[in-house]
Amino acid sequence: MATKAQTAVADAHHDAHDDHHDHKPGFFTRWFCSTNHKDIGTLYLIFSVIAGLIGGAFSMLMRAELQNPGLQFVTGGEMWNVIVTAHGLIMVFFVVMPGLIGGFGNWFLPLMIGAPDMAFPRLNNISFWLLVPALFLLVGSAFVGGGAGTGWTIYPPLSEQLGPAVDMAIFALHLAGASSILGAANFITTIFNMRAPGMTLHRMPLFVWGMLVTAFLLVLAVPVLGGAITMLLTDRNFGTAFFKADQGGDPLLFQHLFWFFGHPEVYIMILPAFGIISQIVSTFSKKPIFGYLGMAYAMVAIGFVGFIVWAHHMYTVGMNVDVRAYFTAATLVIAVPTGVKVFSWIATMWGGSIEFKTPMLWAIGFIFLFTVGGVTGVVLANAGMDISLHDSYYVIAHFHYVLSLGAVFALFAGWYYWIGKMSGRQYPEWAGRLHFFTTFIGVNLVFFPQHFLGLAGMPRRIPDYPEAYHGWNEISSYGAYLVGASTLFFVGVAIYTLAAGKKVGANYWGEGATTLEWMVPSPPPFHQFENQPVVT
Amino acid sequence: MTRIKKIHPLYLFSGLTAFFAGMSAAGAAETHPVGQPYEWETVLQASASPVRDSVEHFHDHILLPVIAAIVAFVFGLLLIIIFRFNAKANPVPSKTTHNTMLEIIWTLVPIIILATIAVPSMKLLYYADATYDKHPGLTVKVTGYQWYWGYEYPKLGDVSFMSNYIHDEDLKPGDLRLLSTDNPLVVPVDTDVRVQVTAADVIHSWSVPAFGVKMDAVPGRINETWFRADKTGTFYGQCSQLCGAGHAYMPIEVKAVSKEDFAKFIKAQGGKMPAEQASAAAPGSAQAAEMKPAAKAAEAKKADMKAETTKAAEEAGSKKAGE
Repeated sequence: MATKAQTAVADAHHDAHDDHHDHKPGFFTRWFCSTNHKDIGTLYLIFSVIAGLIGGAFSMLMRAELQNPGLQFVTGGEMWNVIVTAHGLIMVFFVVMPGLIGGFGNWFLPLMIGAPDMAFPRLNNISFWLLVPALFLLVGSAFVGGGAGTGWTIYPPLSEQLGPAVDMAIFALHLAGASSILGAANFITTIFNMRAPGMTLHRMPLFVWGMLVTAFLLVLAVPVLGGAITMLLTDRNFGTAFFKADQGGDPLLFQHLFWFFGHPEVYIMILPAFGIISQIVSTFSKKPIFGYLGMAYAMVAIGFVGFIVWAHHMYTVGMNVDVRAYFTAATLVIAVPTGVKVFSWIATMWGGSIEFKTPMLWAIGFIFLFTVGGVTGVVLANAGMDISLHDSYYVIAHFHYVLSLGAVFALFAGWYYWIGKMSGRQYPEWAGRLHFFTTFIGVNLVFFPQHFLGLAGMPRRIPDYPEAYHGWNEISSYGAYLVGASTLFFVGVAIYTLAAGKKVGANYWGEGATTLEWMVPSPPPFHQFENQPVVT
Repeated sequence: MTRIKKIHPLYLFSGLTAFFAGMSAAGAAETHPVGQPYEWETVLQASASPVRDSVEHFHDHILLPVIAAIVAFVFGLLLIIIFRFNAKANPVPSKTTHNTMLEIIWTLVPIIILATIAVPSMKLLYYADATYDKHPGLTVKVTGYQWYWGYEYPKLGDVSFMSNYIHDEDLKPGDLRLLSTDNPLVVPVDTDVRVQVTAADVIHSWSVPAFGVKMDAVPGRINETWFRADKTGTFYGQCSQLCGAGHAYMPIEVKAVSKEDFAKFIKAQGGKMPAEQASAAAPGSAQAAEMKPAAKAAEAKKADMKAETTKAAEEAGSKKAGE
């Protein structure tokens, strides 16, 4: 949004001056009772990194186990299922969502729209602090009884059969869900009510658009999950029979409810990522986004269609053929707005004067790998085809290409893009690049062979497999070790950056960085925009 | 930073692609037994049924070329961008932000591509579902248990047995670990087999890749699917829905044998194989369609009466009747 930002009056000087007598509360008050959007954003990011290391450790354990046939590290299926479940739930609810939405959303959404803070700062605080006990409950559930070995989809009757660990996991999701809903309400209110004068909806940076659509998806989808898992809880503990076939209930009802939440959930994870990638591509191409309105409304369209495709996760449950035909058609439709986004990014870069700094490398990696994950989604969308691939490693490969190589790439892209702004210190460029290259090679080694395993028929969620699947699994595991090493390297880079990184000014990316956050100092003052900026 | 470093990731990706393509070519050169995966396989497990033939055709000749072309197209554009529009090669960025015609094209072309995919996709979907236009020569009932499969031949007398995986220490030469079972399901070749799938405890999924069959076994429901083995042999699959600790240990083994051998098998199991079985049973089963719930319910009940009288199996029948 070059036009508006260049003419924006951002009061940078005023803020910089103000910084000297910027009153920051003491440590406990500042970090535990925080109502400041930037501090809460920081908490979310730290939380996301810690959860990411836990979830990543589970990945390493899984890949180590799967490197060879037979059981080497896990004691059996029960332990395996607990690991699989913990990995999935942690990565979705405690890494990607807190990182992209709570972290970058909190940090940059108010800055980008010229707001002094979020609309409900105390609500913001509780949104974050609900997540901490949620993570404790979830990780703790692994040590109660046999653990919650249900898969992240917690399908009954399996989830009604297992022990109290499942109740803990349900409570974890309740808390995480409440956190998301409160956060989403906060974002929606902030976007609608706290934009600076002149910052019309159609001038908002695309990251803010992504956050707006995401927040609506959260508000509409998460309560459905809340309802479903509450019904599960009462089935388990209070004698109801919503999902019990032997008492007139229906296990498939849960699947419908779960995926009515679960499919929008995948867009909840990817739309903020779309927003971040748009900002980065525009910045480093030194060009405004191509087809801005198309980009914004493509996200709205994806959000809308995302709600009417849920049963494509259920092609094998025995649904009527006409229903499957409908869900096939509706699912294919999503490829259209997604294509608009990919082509618009390419058109934004086209004719640009591109600097291939670390964030841009991650962004280009994102665009390419998201395309790969997107087209395998088109394959899976076809109910007739999906019969042969459902619940196979092809599905694992597909959704890791869009999440692990999509959403997580966007997390890293955002981190390298904004760390200078957030901390006032810049990462070493060579280290960022090295991290990117090793991760890029690693994740492709992990997940590309999994397409082959899926085509050959290897089912997901198994700790041991027939010998024929050995070769590709071994390659996949080697890739995982590379990613693991590269993630540890990233932790080192992050610590170095925060402790000893080079100090940077307000706009260290130069002419391409035109959104309002680049008008305030790095790091921004504790309270920014004390004089309201006007976007003209 | 030098330019070569900037294009590094894409070179690397090309390298990876070449590596995988090489592995794939190496794998394709050998011949492999049907009905099971082989090491370094990069394609769909070979087909042994008409439905799977269609799936294979749809994937290999429609979907794969289309998605490969899209990925190659995007990859090519990115390469051009990296070479032509880097800051050195193009110091002054253009300010173009709109091109209505371009935006219309990149909306319409994907729609056309998707429509061309959707047509064969729908054909395949309805064909794979068309149990009821067939006259199944055999009905088998499959019940998922934690963690083994129960097989019954409801119309062939009292034939039913359990199928367990073979523990590592009991494997005989020729057995496949985690794929072979003690009692495979036996079906006649070139016969439409109607499969009724249900479960007694939690959800399982009965899957045989070579037949293009995967159907969830859901407690309280009887799901139907069908296949026709077009060659004799042994075909393997694995449970495809997380069902607890033993999920990895409940493989599916189907032996497709000649019709004579099948009759012998049924006799040996104590069942009856009336010569007129196929023709007599066909019309009735043909009606047991979704469209005719009453007929289907009766069918399901009949199946159930001969079924193992587990609680869940009974519910399955009454639930279906309730629909």
